[in-house]
Amino acid sequence: MSLESLYREEILDHAKHPRNRGTLSLFDADGRAVNTLCGDEITIQLKWNSEGRVEEIVFSGTGCILSQASASMLTEFVKGKASLDLKNASREDYLDSIELHPTPSRLPCVLLSFEALQEALTRSTK
Amino acid sequence: MIMLDIQKIRSDFPILNREVNGHSLVYLDNAATTQKPRAVIEAMTRYYEHSNSNIHRGVYILSEEATEQYEDVREKVKKFLNVPQEYEVIFVRGTTEATNLVSHSFGESRIKAGDEILVTQMEHHSNIIPWFLLAKKKGARVVFARMTDDGELDFENFEAKLSSKTNLVSVTHVSNVLGTINPIKNIVRLAHEKNIPVLIDAAQAVPHLPIHLGDIGPDFFAFSAHKMLGPTGIGVLVAKKDWLEVMDPFLGGGEMIREVTEEGATWNDVPWKFEAGTMPIAEVIGFGRAIDYLRDIGMENIHRMETELVGYALEQLNGVDRIRIFGPRDPEKRGGLVSFNLEGVHPHDLASFLDSVGICVRAGHHCAMPLHQRLGVPATIRASLYLYNTREEIDRLVDGMRKAQAMFR
Repeated sequence: MSLESLYREEILDHAKHPRNRGTLSLFDADGRAVNTLCGDEITIQLKWNSEGRVEEIVFSGTGCILSQASASMLTEFVKGKASLDLKNASREDYLDSIELHPTPSRLPCVLLSFEALQEALTRSTK
Repeated sequence: MIMLDIQKIRSDFPILNREVNGHSLVYLDNAATTQKPRAVIEAMTRYYEHSNSNIHRGVYILSEEATEQYEDVREKVKKFLNVPQEYEVIFVRGTTEATNLVSHSFGESRIKAGDEILVTQMEHHSNIIPWFLLAKKKGARVVFARMTDDGELDFENFEAKLSSKTNLVSVTHVSNVLGTINPIKNIVRLAHEKNIPVLIDAAQAVPHLPIHLGDIGPDFFAFSAHKMLGPTGIGVLVAKKDWLEVMDPFLGGGEMIREVTEEGATWNDVPWKFEAGTMPIAEVIGFGRAIDYLRDIGMENIHRMETELVGYALEQLNGVDRIRIFGPRDPEKRGGLVSFNLEGVHPHDLASFLDSVGICVRAGHHCAMPLHQRLGVPATIRASLYLYNTREEIDRLVDGMRKAQAMFR
């Protein structure tokens, strides 16, 4: 994927104006991922509704444009989905849906929030 | 004083003709590894086409040729570094293997419970981890001498930490992040006054500075071929013969023995006692050709050229908005590399942008996490120079940085 596609307007917008950024005082599950190569870190917190679907999800942390933008897009991807669907979501499906296919060296950046989400799902009782 | 003909030098390096993303290659990651002149590549190919065979064993002409070429490089290294008689040159896989060799063969028997191994905050992981491993085994401690805010060694702190418990000192000659050139002569002198042996990590020094080993006088001195125009897979540990004679072997196997029976074995003479198995022979030969190349240009000339160029780089970089440059301000106090951060632009985003315009720099912790913790940043961008870099390339770097700032603002 070219630099122009990787850093297209949509991505820059997500990085500058992230959706669902923050923390929850009450949540059902949380997960954290750190990229020790650069110090980027993302924490995901989420709440389930009575049907076992994601009612609320937020992210916090610091990092490069790709990690922050993908975290913002992840929250939109995740909202309303059921736990099982999320646990079964493959990396490829996820990258396809957010239309980010970076070179291998930037893959950890784009997947950082996805890893945090997987940790949250693993630790969640649902 | 000889003026270096940079264009002539560049024409010796095939890879510098390469285009990346439609831009001519600007390679500024020489601290990670260096490009190879055609002569080095051809020397290795010629060896494989003409003389390839195993060394020290065969009674046939190919083996004798290979052996002679291999051992010639050992002598070449000694001449290149002005190595006095009391030292020997051991071929290893690289600087990391050299530090591990010293840790195993020297440290194992020397370091006892309660001992301290003194390093600095600016060390590369290859000069930290072997000591952590050793300290854990022996119940010893690794102590870190502090750095000043300017990125120089806090010499008073180093002196203060050289305690009665210190049994080994291991220090970098030139920092791979800050570029700081450490006062290793003084460090060796101070340590030797207390009978403490010293290892110098010279990976970023030998490629860029003229070395007179006798003036420095360390016990161990390590560096890598691939950071000085040579191939990967080969490096050198220069060590005092007195130590090497009493040290246990590092790796055991063929070539490093004299006699083997079912009861045990006796060791070969130094240096071969420390060169077990089949060494990377072609790589040693390529390395020899790299030394020739550097020697023909002259290390004083290379050092002077790099100091000028890094001075230019510092000047240009200082003009960039919101930049934070790490390490000594004075180009005379630093080697040819600069690490920095751009406020508001993450190192990975900057590096990706620069890649899109053909520029290779490194983003990350550069295998120096304790150093980055001391600097208070998780990652930096590093541009590292060598004899084939130009002012035009620095201009392209700075221009790229400004464009990235505009794009990611």
